[in-house]
Amino acid sequence: MTPGGYAGKWLDIDLTKNKIEEVTYSDKMLRQYFGGRGLAAKILWDKIGDKWSELDPLAPENPFMVFTGPMTGIYPGTRICVSGKSPASMGTVGSTAATELANEMRQAGYDGVTFTGKADKPVYLMITDDGAELVDASHLWGLDGEKTLIKLNKEVTEELKKRKPNVGLWKEPGMIYIGPAGENLVRNAAVMAKLCHACGYGGYGSLMGSKNIKAVVAKGRGSLPKVDAPEAAKLLWRRTHEHLIARSNMRRVGTGYAGYSVGAETSSEPVRNWQEEWHDEKSYGGPMFETRFWVKKKWADFNCTTNCMKVSCIQTGPWKGDITDMPDYELQAYCGTNFGIFDPEANIHLSALVDQLGHSGINGPNTAAFAVELHQRGILTDKDFGFTPKWGDAMTFDKILRMMAVREKIGDVLAEGTYQAAHIIAKMKGKKPEDLLKYAVHVKGIEIGAHGTRSDADYTHDISYAASVQGGDHTSVAVDGYTDMSAAVFTDSAVFCNFTYYGVPQSLVFDFAKAITGFDINLQNWRGETGPRIVTLQRALLMMGGPELKWEPVKDDDNPPRFYEPLPSGPYKGKTTDREVVDTKLQAYFETLGWDKRGIPTKETLKKLDLADLEKNMAKLR
Amino acid sequence: MNQLSKPIWISRDYAACSGCRRCELACSIHHEGWMWPEASRVRVFMPFPGLEVPHLCAQCQDYPCIEACPVDALSSDPGTGAVIVDREKCISCGACIRACPGTVPYLHPKDNKATICDLCGGEPKCVEVCTEAGYNALTIVNEGPSIHRKLYSRDPVETAKDLAVKMFGEKGEEVIE
Repeated sequence: MTPGGYAGKWLDIDLTKNKIEEVTYSDKMLRQYFGGRGLAAKILWDKIGDKWSELDPLAPENPFMVFTGPMTGIYPGTRICVSGKSPASMGTVGSTAATELANEMRQAGYDGVTFTGKADKPVYLMITDDGAELVDASHLWGLDGEKTLIKLNKEVTEELKKRKPNVGLWKEPGMIYIGPAGENLVRNAAVMAKLCHACGYGGYGSLMGSKNIKAVVAKGRGSLPKVDAPEAAKLLWRRTHEHLIARSNMRRVGTGYAGYSVGAETSSEPVRNWQEEWHDEKSYGGPMFETRFWVKKKWADFNCTTNCMKVSCIQTGPWKGDITDMPDYELQAYCGTNFGIFDPEANIHLSALVDQLGHSGINGPNTAAFAVELHQRGILTDKDFGFTPKWGDAMTFDKILRMMAVREKIGDVLAEGTYQAAHIIAKMKGKKPEDLLKYAVHVKGIEIGAHGTRSDADYTHDISYAASVQGGDHTSVAVDGYTDMSAAVFTDSAVFCNFTYYGVPQSLVFDFAKAITGFDINLQNWRGETGPRIVTLQRALLMMGGPELKWEPVKDDDNPPRFYEPLPSGPYKGKTTDREVVDTKLQAYFETLGWDKRGIPTKETLKKLDLADLEKNMAKLR
Repeated sequence: MNQLSKPIWISRDYAACSGCRRCELACSIHHEGWMWPEASRVRVFMPFPGLEVPHLCAQCQDYPCIEACPVDALSSDPGTGAVIVDREKCISCGACIRACPGTVPYLHPKDNKATICDLCGGEPKCVEVCTEAGYNALTIVNEGPSIHRKLYSRDPVETAKDLAVKMFGEKGEEVIE
């Protein structure tokens, strides 16, 4: 019997052969990997195996996975998790975004989809109560996010109505899709949802594009999956929401007030490609966004009362009609301060633009700012851009982001992401890669979220990124190899939102997990066993890497050079990330997780975690 | 039928809806025993992100759905004024859906019976969770029938098109095809 919380079926789709199959996974596998990020990593390893290092992530053989977890839709904060061998890190990332696709898919009876192969023309997958089918998407290819969403909403709703005209009104389907960036294989492109929500880390937009998948849509009329202890689950559901509703300031302002405070207070907000992390620009304060642009102050996704999102719209001027969320803190930083832009209106425009193009709002803009610093340093020239790029100039970044999405001029190189672009440009300009990598703010190919480590005053520190199996991902930072196991590693595998997790007692969340699944699951055994199993598998796959990128243990388990430059300004002026602390904590992290001094999981650890099939490959790395 | 309940109406403020759909979950937990958005008597439509429209029975004064039912499966609760479906009698013909100016009723995904808000006998669960979260998109008003009610019985996509202009200005004209 299917454990509680699972619809119990997954779809395996071979796009080359146009074949759709329903598959199941064993109870043991579900207990060991739960769902989402964990289960996806396990299935990837099972499917690719020893060929991992030879597999080009954009080759048809690399699976693209769209997974939910057993708590999705039931625990507050619906979310989808996409995965596959990452085109950015060559390991795996569980990359999540809020979208009703997740609960709709489960309502239609499926926990997830794995695509392999490549469609011979653009397609979208439509999942309904009657199964799944591939639909021609040629008419959608090339469209930006907004138009894709508008057209698909109408088209799919009409189709559903045509098929069952008598049941009453059909609600719109849930969906994820890619914009031009994903279609044109921008290596760090996002998988998009709901106009401005993104599975940003990992570059899965390009993986979707490489398979000619424009979108995945689902509409299910069934209930959410049945759970093991429904009465307990219903009570815990109400209790969880009480905790979320009590978080009054988070609900009131989301992360939308951080664009000022993180820069001014914790001095950890990127400014001009991280040349500084401090600003006291009051014109960039929360009220400047709220008063003029927020048209919806409490915006939530399915089963969420945190409602950290706020809808912004520009009502006048050349950018009239640009719609995005707050922008949230990350995009205030990456489409604002990190461009040297401190104007809320320009920030909203550029955030809306990255959404429309299907860039990841952190990763794509990180690369754009990197390019402008290379120009500042005289490495790239006006000729490379076709104009003179300037910090603080919205049109500079408007142009670069568009050039990246369609791979025009220098945009074609920048579309490879910050790390790979650094290598290509070094070659173009006859420089050593190190000369450029000192300006590249990434860890293991994944551009870093907008929280620096130099001031040590934010939640990110020494090994937050350096030791993370998801590199620069600010949502999944490394702490000590124990407490961090029950953070994003858990929420990305159970598949619900981080922001419906923090603020709720962890014991309550794990009681909820047990009530849903019936598994013997608690905070301790997740931190001590299930979490480490997932992270150890991810670490192994990341270090196997390849084909064109291989990370060197310890050397690449580090912060970018910039994080060791003294902060040039602000209350933490002169401060830098402490290399000694990084080295010490890194070793402690490895040791806690049972990895050797180079961070390669030991034979004993692999055996203990039921990962013995990795031993042959890990022996090669030791 | 609950003779003791007082006349109530669920007032709706579309612009205040966050889109959390907890109304759908609370409703389906109450009526179906588990989370089942598409079996909820209130359904939140979202033809474009940010435009969330809770869609539920407005209890029109002239009850066209009751009038249209060929087998007398529908009646109004004399206490609350809610439309009550006799599921035994319902023949799933869809006449009530077609008669409703807002196409509010729908056929239940499990047994195809007409499904309409029954006001939970006077204590609607959707309102309870919506006000608990402070949205107040759905609130109770203790007033008798009003001619305005029927105006809320409207296609949610049409309502969303109006909301779009209110929120997004001219751009709002373009976001729903």
